Amino acid sequence: MTKVELTDFVQNKETQIIKGNVAAANAAKSARVQVISAYPITPQTTVVEKLSEFVDGGYMPGTQYIKMESEHSVMAATVGASMAGTRTFTATCGQGLFYMYEMIHWAAGVRLPIVTAIVSRGTAPPWNIWADFSDVISCRDTGWMSSFCATHQEIYDEILMSYKVCEDYDVLLPKFVAYGGFILSHTSKPVIIEDQDKVDGYLPALPDEKGWPHIWVDPERPLMHGNLIMPSGFYTEFRMKLHIALLEAKEKIKNAAKEFEKVFGRSYGNGLIQEYNMDDADVAMLAYGDLALQMEEAVDQIRKEGYKVGMVKLRHFRPFPTEEIIKLGKKVKVLGVIDRAIAFGSQTGGPVSGEVKTALHETEGTAKVFPMMNGIGGREVSLEQQKNQLKLLVKFNETGELPKDMIYGTYWDGLLEVK
Amino acid sequence: MVTLKNVIEDEIALQEWFLPGNSCCAGCGLEIALRWAMKALGPNTAMITPASCLNVVIGLWPKTAPNFSQFNMAFAAGAAAATGVSAAFKAKDYKFPGQGWDEMVSICFAGDGGTTDIGIQGLSGAAERNSNIIYVCYDNEAYMNTGIQRSSSTPHGALTTTTPFGKERFKKNVPAIMAAHEIPYVATCSISEPLDIYEKFKKAKSIEGCKYIQIFAPCPPGWGYLAEDSIEMARLAVKTGFWILYEIVDGVLTLSKKSKSLVDPSKRLPIIEYVSKQKRFAGISEKTLIEIQERIDNDWEKIVDQLECQSK
Repeated sequence: MTKVELTDFVQNKETQIIKGNVAAANAAKSARVQVISAYPITPQTTVVEKLSEFVDGGYMPGTQYIKMESEHSVMAATVGASMAGTRTFTATCGQGLFYMYEMIHWAAGVRLPIVTAIVSRGTAPPWNIWADFSDVISCRDTGWMSSFCATHQEIYDEILMSYKVCEDYDVLLPKFVAYGGFILSHTSKPVIIEDQDKVDGYLPALPDEKGWPHIWVDPERPLMHGNLIMPSGFYTEFRMKLHIALLEAKEKIKNAAKEFEKVFGRSYGNGLIQEYNMDDADVAMLAYGDLALQMEEAVDQIRKEGYKVGMVKLRHFRPFPTEEIIKLGKKVKVLGVIDRAIAFGSQTGGPVSGEVKTALHETEGTAKVFPMMNGIGGREVSLEQQKNQLKLLVKFNETGELPKDMIYGTYWDGLLEVK
Repeated sequence: MVTLKNVIEDEIALQEWFLPGNSCCAGCGLEIALRWAMKALGPNTAMITPASCLNVVIGLWPKTAPNFSQFNMAFAAGAAAATGVSAAFKAKDYKFPGQGWDEMVSICFAGDGGTTDIGIQGLSGAAERNSNIIYVCYDNEAYMNTGIQRSSSTPHGALTTTTPFGKERFKKNVPAIMAAHEIPYVATCSISEPLDIYEKFKKAKSIEGCKYIQIFAPCPPGWGYLAEDSIEMARLAVKTGFWILYEIVDGVLTLSKKSKSLVDPSKRLPIIEYVSKQKRFAGISEKTLIEIQERIDNDWEKIVDQLECQSK
């Protein structure tokens, strides 16, 4: 996990103590995005506010910022701008993401490298604006890549890495970069904002082209896109190719993370997952988002008590790191999966725990999966709770005993009493 | 004033940009509207086409009739997507000046459903921001692509598959709504006046900001008349004063040639001349007919009021 030490702050003049949302806005600036289209929604607002300062204040020369009247229009404009071959950025979450859902499909269907920050929040009703990844995960089957950030620095870094992956001509897909509302978006931490030349070296500006290899605007090569296609036409094949591209993006994600580490010196595991104290672990917890950061501390403390526990941070949900999960299943005896999102009516109730079970079901002698749920709608998850979660894994491993109050096979931590 | 001579001398206009062999119905009003709009705009155009007949009549993949950049788009997304394209042109021109990006036109070509109903939020947003686009509504007065359901642009009294006894409400006046946004250019056209279409699109192209043009485009199967009568229907709509041809440049209203003389009510044909020729008005009651006629006369009074106001 990336830890920005105070020494970095002192030594590096580019380090700023900023909110997670400001880190996201800075990433868009560093990436030299050409068109921004956005609509405010809590807790994303400070992203669009900071970008307004950057663009209207002349710090992003040439960048067009369309202040939209709705999220549906936001993604429509982003699609339009990307089709014409510009680097685009937007940010939203929760209800806003649901409102743009139709255009989310459109962006992936046109195979556009759009990067969108998702400042994840709970889904209404009842109204809820606090950290919950149900929003981004509900876009599971749209053809977008999606990743979670655990730290402020990771928000900045992941957005840069995302453009690298999305714009690869073998990928050409959009991507969500999600992080927990308020917990990361509205708290301040030191973040290294990299030197522009260095960023340009990692992520060069787009070349002088009329668009992308598959879509462009060029009067000399008029192109139509999206015509009605019969069931006997290539519709199935277009969709299949999108699926394959998403799976094959895994290698690109790994490469982007590797190159990022080489250039900037910050490591994010293999890009898809990041391990913490896994070398001798008997049991491990798979976590994602900001809770994965606090889980590191929980792991440290439980280890001091003599238990060999480890943690794996899930960085990407799509493409899903199936191979990595299978390897993990072979390494440990119990694999806890802690979700901060609900997949209603699914086998475990947790979108990631269900996916992990599916990934492991054909592997012999694999770890037992222990699905857990916490932090829904931004409910606080304390360090003590996380330590207890780890202890439950240890207990399950040693005695085979599960807590008595499991709900349909999943341990819901931190529930209030309900009648 | 554009004459046929101007068109003949325009090399771009002599070419076809919406090619023959497309899948339009015989007598399709949309086809004429698009053909003449593109004669004025030419190839430096990127067109967004939200869901409408146009998505289908351009041809089934991989065949396609537009000989210019054309992108199908989701129903409610037309104005916003065109705004995005326009922003990209600006960004491109900043980075790579002198390559003609500043000459590119971003246009949205939508039906009346995509404009007056599902797309009006995006359209209003684009107008308020004064996005540099041309937004076109080809108005065939119902959801023709899905099988003739009523839209808010369907006229009072018209039968559709969702108004089996005739529509109770009047047609939504979207050009007036757009004028209320105080955009630099609003115009109405009819497929019976192709030179007027050509002239208005030329003008729209030369203006920076949000331009709105609504083209009256009759639909033979949707309205119930013979294919060869499309032009006649459009002409009658103008002559009865049901469809008023005008443009509003920076807030100043000017009646176009064919509508100018109709300020005098005696010059307008009675509406029965128009509705009696279309099956969609079959069985229309006397009461409804009077209501339509009164509405037309009222609309004209408003036009006259505005013209008088302007001349003061």
